[in-house]
Amino acid sequence: MTWVMLIVLLLSGQVWAGEARPLADDPVAEARLKHLAVELRCLVCQNQTLADSNAPLAEDLRREVREMIAKDMSDKEIIEFLVARYGDFVLYRPPLKATTTLLWVGPFVLLMIGATALIITLRRRAHKVVDVPVTDEEHRRVEQLLAEGSKRS
Amino acid sequence: MNRFLLPLSIFIVVVVFLGVGLKLNPREIPSPLVGKAAPDFSQPQLYDPATVFSPADLKGKVWLLNFWASWCSGCRTEHPVLMELAKSGEVPIFGMDYKDQRDEALAWLKRWGNPYPVVGVDDAGRVGINYGVYGVPETYVIDKQGVIRYKQIGPLDPDTVAKKILPLVKQLESQ
Repeated sequence: MTWVMLIVLLLSGQVWAGEARPLADDPVAEARLKHLAVELRCLVCQNQTLADSNAPLAEDLRREVREMIAKDMSDKEIIEFLVARYGDFVLYRPPLKATTTLLWVGPFVLLMIGATALIITLRRRAHKVVDVPVTDEEHRRVEQLLAEGSKRS
Repeated sequence: MNRFLLPLSIFIVVVVFLGVGLKLNPREIPSPLVGKAAPDFSQPQLYDPATVFSPADLKGKVWLLNFWASWCSGCRTEHPVLMELAKSGEVPIFGMDYKDQRDEALAWLKRWGNPYPVVGVDDAGRVGINYGVYGVPETYVIDKQGVIRYKQIGPLDPDTVAKKILPLVKQLESQ
């Protein structure tokens, strides 16, 4: 029994060792890969970066990026390689182009519309509010009511 | 009346936007490769690993390149459509066995039928990356000059074949 458990333990240890593989052997290359991979979108699970995703395609793309790093290609060249194949969609920060104008400008346009609506509403309201002077009689009444209230509580 | 006009119009605009959003498929990413030369490759053939399959052999022909795999369930859905299209003889469909096991791929084709004159093997998925494949099945229409004219993401269905693929193939054939 003991030796069975020993074998199980040994085997499971190997399984864990397989999972904790570094992204690249060379720490400099690994840092570059990480830096690039967080900027790139995994196309299979679209809300994950290439660094986070465990999809087989993400693994392949990381391998591809690793090889390009080994070939001493610049970040720009690597990103161009991926954009040529998968389009701007792979970038988490899409470039400002004719097709992406709405994406970049849209939030600011909405903010402007909101701000304008707010200013107009506030101005209109300011006109509606009229100062009503309080007479001495009303003042006395208020004081009296407040005094009564404090006595009761 | 005027009091409700503004909220109502905003509501209608939002409903229209959300309605359009529902119809969009976020998995369909427009390919930047449409209109560009089909990336070159030389891959071993599935039935004859000693022979190489390359798009250069198909210059002057309109053809389809279909990425598939025996592990892919969408490919199973698509398969009868490919068989039908192959039988019609309208356009040749060349296969690319994407990240698959050779024996499993052969068994799959034996079981369900083989619509491809030639199947290439893309073991490591590199050809797939060059073609911007991010999920099998994907199908490319390639013209006589070797330019990609259309990319189908996901399984082909009879409707797409009849309304998009075949008219496009006819138009490209006549060029």
